[in-house]
Amino acid sequence: MSDIDLAPLIPAISSYIPMGRSGLLPALHAAQKIYGWISEPVAAQISRSLNVPLADVHGVIEFYSLFYNEPIGKKVIRVCTDQACALKGADGLLRHICGHYDIQTGQTTRDGAVTVEASPCLGLCELAPAALVDADAETNISSDFHHYDLGRPKSIVGGSIRLLTASCGNGTTSLGQYGKYPALARALGKKPEEIVNEIKASGLVGRGGAAFPTGIKWEGAAKAPGTEKYVICNADESEPGTFKDRILLLDDPHRTLEGMAIAAYAIGASQGYLYIRGEYPYILPVLETALNEAREANMLGENILGSGFSFDIELRVGAGAYICGEETALFESIEGKRGFPRVKPPFPTTHGLFGKPTVINNVETLGNVPLIIAQGSVEYRKIGTEKSPGAKLFCVSGDVSKPGLYEVPFGVTLRELLAMAGGVAREKKLESVLFGGAAGAFATPDQLDVKMTFEDLRAAGLPLGSGVVMVFDETRDMRDVLKRLGHFFAHESCGKCYPCQMGTQRQMEILDRISQGKVITGDLIRLQDVGWTMTDASLCGLGQTAASAVLSAIKLWPGMFNA
Amino acid sequence: MTITLTIDGQEITAEQGKTLLDVARENGKDVPTICFHEATTANGLCRMCVVEVEGMRVLQPACIVEAANNMKVQTRSEKVIRARKTILEMLASTMDLSEAAEVQTMMSEYGVDINRFPDAERREVQVKDDNPMYVRDYSKCLLCWRCVQVCADDAQYTYAINFEGRGYETQIGTFFDKAIPETTCVLCGQCVGVCPTGALKPKREFLLEQGMSPQEISVLNTGRKRRRDR
Amino acid sequence: MIKPDRIVTTTCPYCGVGCTLQLHVQDDFIYKVTSPFDSPVNHGNLCVKGRFGYDFVYHPKRVTTPLARRYLLEGKPKPAGREQVFAISMDGNPISNSQISSLWDWIPTDWDTALNLIADNLVRIYQRDGSDAMAVYCCAKATNEDNYLLQKMYRALFRTNNVDHCTRLCHAGSVVALQQAIGSSAMSNTASQVMLNDVFIVTGSNTSENHPIIALQMKEAVRQNGAKMIVIDPRRIELVDFAEMWLPLKPGTNVPVFSAMAHVIVKENLINHEFIANRTEGFTDFIESLEKFTPEYAEEISGVPAEDIRKAARLYANAKNGAIYWGMGISQLSHGTASALALIHLAFLTGHIGRDGTGLNPLRGQNNVQGASDMGAMPFHYPGYMRVDNEDNAQKWEKTWNIEPNGLSRKLGLTTTEILSHAHEGGVRALYIMGENPMMSEPNLNVTREHMKELEFIVSQDIFINESGAFADVFLPATPFAEKEGTFSNTDRRVQRVRVAQPPRGQARPDWEIICDLALRIESQLGRETVKWDYSGPEEVLREMASVNQDYAGITYDRIDKVGLIYPVPDLNHPGTPTLFTESFPRGRGKFIPLDYVPVMEEPDDEYPFILTTGRVLEHWHGGTMTRNSALNEAYPEARVDIHPADAEMHGIRNGDPVKVQSRRGEVVLRATVTEKTSVGVVFIPFHFAEAAANLLTNDVLDPQALIPEFKACAVQVFPAREDDLANPEVEVHRGRY
Repeated sequence: MSDIDLAPLIPAISSYIPMGRSGLLPALHAAQKIYGWISEPVAAQISRSLNVPLADVHGVIEFYSLFYNEPIGKKVIRVCTDQACALKGADGLLRHICGHYDIQTGQTTRDGAVTVEASPCLGLCELAPAALVDADAETNISSDFHHYDLGRPKSIVGGSIRLLTASCGNGTTSLGQYGKYPALARALGKKPEEIVNEIKASGLVGRGGAAFPTGIKWEGAAKAPGTEKYVICNADESEPGTFKDRILLLDDPHRTLEGMAIAAYAIGASQGYLYIRGEYPYILPVLETALNEAREANMLGENILGSGFSFDIELRVGAGAYICGEETALFESIEGKRGFPRVKPPFPTTHGLFGKPTVINNVETLGNVPLIIAQGSVEYRKIGTEKSPGAKLFCVSGDVSKPGLYEVPFGVTLRELLAMAGGVAREKKLESVLFGGAAGAFATPDQLDVKMTFEDLRAAGLPLGSGVVMVFDETRDMRDVLKRLGHFFAHESCGKCYPCQMGTQRQMEILDRISQGKVITGDLIRLQDVGWTMTDASLCGLGQTAASAVLSAIKLWPGMFNA
Repeated sequence: MTITLTIDGQEITAEQGKTLLDVARENGKDVPTICFHEATTANGLCRMCVVEVEGMRVLQPACIVEAANNMKVQTRSEKVIRARKTILEMLASTMDLSEAAEVQTMMSEYGVDINRFPDAERREVQVKDDNPMYVRDYSKCLLCWRCVQVCADDAQYTYAINFEGRGYETQIGTFFDKAIPETTCVLCGQCVGVCPTGALKPKREFLLEQGMSPQEISVLNTGRKRRRDR
Repeated sequence: MIKPDRIVTTTCPYCGVGCTLQLHVQDDFIYKVTSPFDSPVNHGNLCVKGRFGYDFVYHPKRVTTPLARRYLLEGKPKPAGREQVFAISMDGNPISNSQISSLWDWIPTDWDTALNLIADNLVRIYQRDGSDAMAVYCCAKATNEDNYLLQKMYRALFRTNNVDHCTRLCHAGSVVALQQAIGSSAMSNTASQVMLNDVFIVTGSNTSENHPIIALQMKEAVRQNGAKMIVIDPRRIELVDFAEMWLPLKPGTNVPVFSAMAHVIVKENLINHEFIANRTEGFTDFIESLEKFTPEYAEEISGVPAEDIRKAARLYANAKNGAIYWGMGISQLSHGTASALALIHLAFLTGHIGRDGTGLNPLRGQNNVQGASDMGAMPFHYPGYMRVDNEDNAQKWEKTWNIEPNGLSRKLGLTTTEILSHAHEGGVRALYIMGENPMMSEPNLNVTREHMKELEFIVSQDIFINESGAFADVFLPATPFAEKEGTFSNTDRRVQRVRVAQPPRGQARPDWEIICDLALRIESQLGRETVKWDYSGPEEVLREMASVNQDYAGITYDRIDKVGLIYPVPDLNHPGTPTLFTESFPRGRGKFIPLDYVPVMEEPDDEYPFILTTGRVLEHWHGGTMTRNSALNEAYPEARVDIHPADAEMHGIRNGDPVKVQSRRGEVVLRATVTEKTSVGVVFIPFHFAEAAANLLTNDVLDPQALIPEFKACAVQVFPAREDDLANPEVEVHRGRY
């Protein structure tokens, strides 16, 4: 332990010292880059330099899956074992890799060369089975394990309309190709209130799952007192089955950055953060390049386009915690703490990051903003339906012939979407569709003609969520799907509130048992009680939706849960 | 300024700025709490104090939510009872509540079946006896956060303890698991003073419970400390 | 789970904060301490001593039988060379381990025998040599009632004012300064009012370790209210982490630094004209004396950058509610009175006194030093700070104590250090020590030891035989706080109840009862009319004292049953007085007293290049009588000298190395802690540890007015030493706290 050389650490974290506590996650990332893990002397030095109590530094390392306080291998292979990859043989893949290195899951080879871990969803569902090897995505791994794609994951984009994904599917769109933020230039010629009103008029609602009216959110922050305000892009896409933000950021980063700048202008913010999940390391160089391009072209930074408006964006990297996609937990993470969600009210628009008024939006939501400002809300509303205007990205994966990202206008039916994706693969019959993500619900074949709008889906009891459409054919054992959902939520629960901390654990235990065929009398009621307790009484959205799929399954297939 | 609201059908006038918990209790309505403590910041994390507020989908933590004009509150609706009962049953299946008298009272009041979850993984941790003043028995810890808070900004500003792990595996711990005397802990015992379950306990009390006699306890600390290798 | 037989609410016996304790008792064994969260003093918070440090009550070394030396019991002449004998084994039985002569052995005896031996010898010496030969150390840990009675006994029976207690070694400088400038002798506001400060100065006080609960309130004021704290201290104390500014001045340079601050406040016209005009006197002379105290002058002497002095002065002067809290770093100097006056001037100049959230606040150390002082356990004052050389005062007390006119001595008595230095033929011959340990807490212990040995007769009334009691001729076992009733007055001037939690162990008796019993015997031998010693209980004692000391007039046990009252409480309906001097000062106007810079008496030189400053650590209390006999000792079992990394490197000293620290007066061997908690050129040793007693090194030079020794600055040298040189090399402290 005493032979850890701290010399390289100090320069590596020096830029984070002025941030104080907020620099903690970046400093830990930097330390891990140097040493591979975070030892006690390294943690102590970071604690000293950033003036964060030792126990707090330890607590942060312990919270995030991607921070290690024990030595790990020089190469880390993370094999996704969540639903979409499981359908494509992830369990066998993991066994194979472990066997190849002669270790168990979660262990490191004796020479310290390799660690193999099972991972929650890596956001590569349409390219399943997938793994993350250090900073590279390894996708489309063949069943004989010999063939795979390594490096930048492919972008398979389709759909009946290509507005948000206009520049996706063909590598990264440079600033030159994107254009020098024409919508921002337009916005800067108007008053901030006009921008807010335009977004309100467009009917745009959040695309991260909560579907809150974006214009109202911006209005709240714009009206909040104070001059220190923030815009945050929530790129912590971790909902199993979701990969849209990955593609948007890899292929068309400037669209998101422009959206953030317009938001900042509208609410009066001069600082923004783009918080991206730690499991998308291959996107970081793309984003850094895009940010530099934008700054060099005066699209970001001081006095943008001579307007007097200044705004810049700091990149922040998550460290393996789904809960940090919850907006208040994301604030905590940027502030250098464990990702515990906060009680709302107060709401982020008045008390957000650092306690200041904050607008936090999903990548896809921000992607809509330049469209709306460029063409105007009237034009924008010509797509979609009256109550659900605009286009939506759907992440189709599982037992379909052509998994990928599909952009359709609101109003398209599920049947139509599945047809675009080539229908159920291998000519099997459809069993069910997991709609919305792990925090979603199951749609059955008799719901294929539901129009995909907010209002129709709500009536059908299907949450839109983050646009996950995961298809299961008749051969699939739904109990296995539920088991993995159970594990996912138990692994990701932050542990703060009792219903979710214990509820996800109890739920997982019961689903584990059921997946092995060992149902006990009362299991259905147990799952319902636990599930409804989480749904009704949890502190945040994770707990409130952790039982959503299970409760949906109980309604559809009660026999599965009876002894 | 006063406000008017309805709790369990009863119209109540209260001073503005109070929580639903305070208003309910002031008006004789029993709302159970576990993590709440008069000397610590309320976090609304045990969710035992949840009440049903008309117009809000999710149950609201009374210890935090401010009573507002025209609110309609149910402290014992079906949803509330189900949530509280299930939370208690989950607690019973998770840790040692033998010294949490208040929780036990709640359990009998809500008709809790302590064996509801027969396959539950329990929290079983060895007692940590690493300093002369108090012992830590995290098998009794129900993660109310009070100890971490009083060690931090609620009282002591010493920050000797924090959380380890995440989710169900969460446990209170020190920097890299150091023994208490090697942390910033000043042995003030503020944490012991707020622990509701006996997970943190003065060492003398612990030793008495283990069957040591007062005489034996009194000669304990009379020897010299053994030297450690440097 | 244990259920207590009873839970007794009492007051902590350690420091001047006076936290409320709830003692949980089963089978007469206290096993747990809690504190009510609505206690206005500490809000449920305690420190390690209050919460866990009560176990000394049960330590096997506690003495619960009266003891006398064999020579006395056998009627033999006293052997030569007074021998320090500790003589209590681990199971609590006295054993003889005298080296010189078995006549010095401690032999258990009964109360009658012990008290009669004392009465006989005290009366004999008194009748032979007169009042000047008699002296008593009262006890800042004992109750108000205990102290009142002991000073009464010595004044009324032995007609002497050689009455003092450890305040002499503590805040004497502060008290004398406050008396001169204001006419008071206590905090002007309360510690909890720090929540109302927007700027406050903490100087010469390591509050986190010595008044932990006050430190919590200071931290809360900074973190929750945005208050700005200015720490002025040679050591980088823990509060510096919360401070807006830290002025690390050289030990003993208080007067130039505070006077320079005053200089800035005057020159930049930041003074409170109205306050100075209406509430003070002597301003014009004072300004003249300030001329030379420029910030640059102060910088040269103290090492504090002139710009920081200016900044600090402006911060304090421009505050809405500014306050000053101070400790030993101000008082324990050969110019301690002047140091405190320099602080008082700052409050006068700015008007930051006489209102809530302001004040001049010396943080009193002991749990009842404020009370002991109030009870007149001092050589110049009767209870209530009534001067003994004032005819009216003397007459009042003669009346109260049923003493013939002119019976009481009008002569100022000797202070603690003087009592010892007068221990020779023709001087002090008999010393009564109640609950004090001069052999650890007086300066220059080698000389102190010689003085102790010179005394003809020593009585120790205590709970353990400590380094001083080990010199005594008769030992009386008294009860600790948990076994008696009475009151303590904390640093806020709050009088609080002390309650019995369990019956006295063994044959121990409450101090006040012992004193009354002894006094009756002395009276009978002197053939005098009784002064009154037959009290129904301690409350009657307090009421007698309060009949003259008007500050306590409205305090009854009933009124302080739940919450203590802050005196002055002039009548039975008065709610108490948290904030003093709202209209005027006791002497009328506050007096500016011009000061000069007087350096410390022993500055470092080539032979002794380091400044030694002494103090305390969190886990221990003063001479260690209680805390070295407690689990607290396990938490911090050895003495350490703090040395700065730069100094350590130059001397080749690593953390944990044994070193010898030597002054012109003595030497100690102990391990070094290399830390930035101390400054370059300054080393720090806590004075709790008998095996490396810091006061062997300290200088017994006194402040001319307060007569307080210069504990905070003397010159030492540091040499490497060997493991074998340590008293207990196998003991090592490992604490992660700062």
